[in-house]
Amino acid sequence: MFYREAGDFKVSYRDDSQTFPIKFDRYRYYVVLAVAFGVIPFLINDYWANALLLPFLIYAIAAIGLNILVGYCGQVSLGTGGFMAVGAYSCYKLMTAFPEVSMFIHVILAGGITALVGVLFGLPSLRIKGFYLAVATLAAQFFLVWLFNRVPWFYNYSASGQINAPERDVFGIIITGPNAPAWATYLFCLVFLALSALIARNLTRGTTGRTWMAIRDMDIAAEIIGVNPLKAKMSAFAVSSFFIGISGALFFALYLGAVEVGEAFGIQKSFLVLFMVIIGGLGSIFGSFAGAAFLVLLPVVLKVVGADWLGWPTDIVAHLQLVIVGALIILFLILEPHGLAQLWRVAKEKLRLWPFPY
Amino acid sequence: MPDQLIFATEVILNGLMAGVLYALVALGFVLIYKASGIFNYAQGVMALFAAMTLVGIMNGQVPFAHLINAVFGGHITHFGWHIPALLAILLTMGVMVLLAWCVQRFVMRHLVGQEPIILFMATIGLAYFLEGVADLMWGSEIKTLDVGLPQGINLWIDEATFNIFGYGFFIDNLDIVATVIAALLVAALVAFSQYTKQGRAMRAVADDHQAALSVGISLNFIWIMVWSVAGFVALVAGIMWGTKSGVQFSLSLIALKALPVLMLGGFTSIPGAIVGGLIIGVGEKLFEFAIGPLVGGATENWFAYVLALIFLVFRPQGLFGEKIIERV
Repeated sequence: MFYREAGDFKVSYRDDSQTFPIKFDRYRYYVVLAVAFGVIPFLINDYWANALLLPFLIYAIAAIGLNILVGYCGQVSLGTGGFMAVGAYSCYKLMTAFPEVSMFIHVILAGGITALVGVLFGLPSLRIKGFYLAVATLAAQFFLVWLFNRVPWFYNYSASGQINAPERDVFGIIITGPNAPAWATYLFCLVFLALSALIARNLTRGTTGRTWMAIRDMDIAAEIIGVNPLKAKMSAFAVSSFFIGISGALFFALYLGAVEVGEAFGIQKSFLVLFMVIIGGLGSIFGSFAGAAFLVLLPVVLKVVGADWLGWPTDIVAHLQLVIVGALIILFLILEPHGLAQLWRVAKEKLRLWPFPY
Repeated sequence: MPDQLIFATEVILNGLMAGVLYALVALGFVLIYKASGIFNYAQGVMALFAAMTLVGIMNGQVPFAHLINAVFGGHITHFGWHIPALLAILLTMGVMVLLAWCVQRFVMRHLVGQEPIILFMATIGLAYFLEGVADLMWGSEIKTLDVGLPQGINLWIDEATFNIFGYGFFIDNLDIVATVIAALLVAALVAFSQYTKQGRAMRAVADDHQAALSVGISLNFIWIMVWSVAGFVALVAGIMWGTKSGVQFSLSLIALKALPVLMLGGFTSIPGAIVGGLIIGVGEKLFEFAIGPLVGGATENWFAYVLALIFLVFRPQGLFGEKIIERV
């Protein structure tokens, strides 16, 4: 009834090719943005920021990045944790080397450095495909984590081998370190997420995104119709690593504050982000958000239900969580291989006809 | 012989032994991949699950004791009996067959015809699920596994090499046993797939699902069988690794170690898994021995992957993999 194209007249090509062609979608998008930027910062407290909102925002950036690589370009990567570590460590080195420069620039530069590293490790994708490539990206994961663990230059020769985020500010407001107010860190991450989503959405709608999808669907055929596989694959690796690097930098500087590389950016992180992308939906920006929200919420909900309401020991809850996550992934793949995004699409199709059956 | 060379020889020998253990895990991957085209990430967790079940059965632990105690109250932990190792191994094998049936019935059957990557993801989900179930069933603490395999330094080799080189080699008895068992296992698998009816059916399914179906081979049965055989290989690997370093979570990470082995050897080749395992085993031990001290050690974590990566750039299908032919 209210969710339909009818009556919404497009009078220019610009209108015709906008991201949200349906009026309801457009308003919903503005409302979500307004709430996220204008309402939540006033309501937020430390618990909500640290337990839910910050991890959601940061993982959503990582999921968008990985979705570009896996969902749009079809190159399976298990090296996300390693690339996030590159973002975190380059951000740390920049923060300590240039303390007076704004955090915005540090985070973006960290993303850029990660993009370079991503291209380097993406080079084998020109020769290797499928599972072989997935395993090859594990080389990046293990090598990078080892590198940050063993070369003292990366952690500034600190005795513990950890890196600690020093206090830095943006426009005079402290956003890293223990004294940062929750709303400031939240807003900082939100700005990056909004920009990432915007860039990713528009990249995937344009020429670049179409060449990625051509490569994904069949790379030989794509090559024959004139897509340059080198350019397409390398740009996918670069853009994807850029976002993942940003999320790694934010994860370290704003969320954790102190990082031990093997623990924070191990292989488990790679799988976690991959699951977000799969559960959310491969090849969908909305899916990245949905998947990140789902997998950030799930442990919190399970903990509240299992440990707080039922009073079970935490180790049982942790094991149950593994069982449930595993079962959910299998269930999702069986029932809806295209993830939450597909459910959303189906719901929208239904909504357009509602309340009529046809 | 100069000292360095003697040390290097010892390192190579130990690397060969470690390589056999990698190959053992890689074998399980190859079996399932050949027969169903599924890249089974859960193989390592299956080894963990098998080893934990074996320990649990031998000690007479009550499955899910923690959970039962938490839900219903009470303090049950053990049945109070001990089961001899051989019987326990047989019982565990039964559990693995049951697991194979469940995997086939509840997971793989619903995913027939999906893209390989979806199947791969499903096995990652399966790995998480199994890991959680294993922890819930038997508890997550580190357990020792002792099924009566010989352990410790082999004195005979120690003495013999001491007499020849003036330096005794340290070779673990367990590694020798593992090598022998792995050789037997491979021989048995090859014999099984060459000479038995089921083995031939398995190869037929691996060649072409539809053609196999049309000559009356039951895909369901074959897949349950393949998963059972993979479960058996996992059990053997679990016993070996569990005896060596205790039954604990890190056991499931050997699956990750088996991946570069597979890449080197090719996903579809049983000899490839063995040769790849040996190359990786020797390579990483030698690299750690020669280069490791210069760059801060612990290179074993990544060397195998980087070796496989560089190798693949030149030969994308692995050592013995089938030539990749692509058509539009």
